[in-house]
Amino acid sequence: MSGWPGSALEGLPFGRTNTVAKFEDLMFGTTRLEELAEQARAETRKNFGKTMRLFAPLYLSNECVNTCKYCGFSKDNPIRRVTLRPEEVEKEARHLAQTGFRSVLLVSGEHPREVPAGYIAECVKRSVSLFPSVAIEVAPLETSEYREIVEAGAEGLVLYQESYDRAAYAEMHVSGPKRNFDERLGGPERGYAAGFRRIGLGVLVGLADWRRELVALAAHVSHLMKVCWRAQITVALPRLRPAAGGFQPRVAMSDRDFARALCAFRIAFPQAGIVLSTREPEKLRNGLMELGVTMMSAGSETEPGGYTGVGKERLHRTVRGREVALESSEWERAEATEQFEISDERSAEQLSAALRQRGLDPVWKDWDRALTA
Amino acid sequence: MSSKVQETESWKIGDRKFQSRLLVGTGKFPSVSAMQSALESSGTEIVTVALRRVDLSGHKDPQADMLEEIDRDKYLVLANTSGAMNAEEAVRLARLAVAAGLPKWVKLEIHPDPRYLLPDPIETLKATEILAKEGFTILPYINADPVLAKRLEEAGAATVMPLGAPIGSNRGIETRAQIEIIIEQACVPVIVDAGLGAPSHAAEALEMGADAVLINTAIAVAEDPAAMATAFRMGVEAGRRAFEAGLSPARREASATSPLTGFLDE
Repeated sequence: MSGWPGSALEGLPFGRTNTVAKFEDLMFGTTRLEELAEQARAETRKNFGKTMRLFAPLYLSNECVNTCKYCGFSKDNPIRRVTLRPEEVEKEARHLAQTGFRSVLLVSGEHPREVPAGYIAECVKRSVSLFPSVAIEVAPLETSEYREIVEAGAEGLVLYQESYDRAAYAEMHVSGPKRNFDERLGGPERGYAAGFRRIGLGVLVGLADWRRELVALAAHVSHLMKVCWRAQITVALPRLRPAAGGFQPRVAMSDRDFARALCAFRIAFPQAGIVLSTREPEKLRNGLMELGVTMMSAGSETEPGGYTGVGKERLHRTVRGREVALESSEWERAEATEQFEISDERSAEQLSAALRQRGLDPVWKDWDRALTA
Repeated sequence: MSSKVQETESWKIGDRKFQSRLLVGTGKFPSVSAMQSALESSGTEIVTVALRRVDLSGHKDPQADMLEEIDRDKYLVLANTSGAMNAEEAVRLARLAVAAGLPKWVKLEIHPDPRYLLPDPIETLKATEILAKEGFTILPYINADPVLAKRLEEAGAATVMPLGAPIGSNRGIETRAQIEIIIEQACVPVIVDAGLGAPSHAAEALEMGADAVLINTAIAVAEDPAAMATAFRMGVEAGRRAFEAGLSPARREASATSPLTGFLDE
């Protein structure tokens, strides 16, 4: 660990602010976890109250032009693929709205031809009448493309750097536009310039030494809080889950370290949102509800058409950029392949009940499109 | 000695008279029932509701039914514009709230910075000018800036609501010196808003001569919100009674001796 922790920021365009130093002290210092948890809970209550915001992901497409070692959607994986048509997206959206959600995250693989910015904007337009809050999690785009999507009604942008370690990033992203580290790193600021109000950052835990990744993420958050001072920043630390391709995480992060990281983020950045997805198991999610988390998903499907089965008849494989029909025997279990397996399978209603049981009020609507319309 | 305790003086916002000097916010509560019982115990007559948590489409969305849970015959619902980053957004929200059936009263909150939620004075003044012309009763949330308070008053604000400390911070009246000036100069009611974490902070504001206080976080996240609401009610009342009874002005130092002028009495 020579040079640690300063070296975590090597090659990154942000510095080690006081807040980053505070984060390091909380994360790697000697304060007991129980004590951090107490502080984290108190800070969360003060800033967000006894509430939890709920959202659901909606996958538009699992087509992708990138080869990434860890991702189920990776270009060369022989998975069942489809891009939903806007009317199919609307059907999925309607289903989610009926389930109770008022905040949706539109997710897609990267495919400039199948999933261009105009298509994403169209999907946003189809969603805004059903959801007061619409966010996107797609490949990094240019400012003008982001602007088109903001004008369509989206207010949130989620763009995880995946890894802040340039060497690990280069190794994991074997081919495709995603290899461009700096293009991705600049995405949140381009999104802010285009008018996004909520910006989600994160690292994919398991690609490189998570200690360095956390420090870099803290520095990125701290940097964005200065340059994008009007935006609400949220952070997430998704830990790699089993997915097509069978990638094994390089570095495991224990549940205790994971909990400590959430607490340290909460205390160092009291007003940042913290997102916890269904990648984590039920028991852990129940425990973490009170320790800094402010946004949770529930009942998630991580494949296009996962909620209503739309798009089934167009499922195919993609081999060297060409669509290949599925074998007839495959049609029996024909649904698109998911990005990763979820772990907490509770429905929105079940999660709400668990929240209430712990004295937390589930909040479905915390945004109104009239604000930005 | 009579055991009957006289009521404190009533006060007015615009033409409307109120007895309670405690306004209560409705965010951050662990459940709807906890909120309802806290409102009840607080004795409040004015409650604020964040419009971004309300259905403004007129469809009575069951997933955003905060308004349905508040007895609107009993409480004046004061819509707040939190989430708005500029005058244009705040004005649009205020108009939509009226269209959705809320009274033409608005707590103007424009904080472009989502971290400290500090109000933007320029946009707040702009929005006040626009909404005043449209006949709104406007209660603007401001930093404790005496000149801004006067400018807002001139623009048609019905009150001013200077902050004691940042929202949710529970730090008490850190802006005391500025608030004293605001109170001294104001021709409209002064409501200290934000940062008050304990009933003693509320009492302090009323002792200083503030007309009322607004409390949300300190009640909502208490172990027992209803009991905390009662405590704030009492704090507010104690502070107001002390003010009405005529507190002797506090001095920084004891003044028993007069080392420079004592010879005059010799």
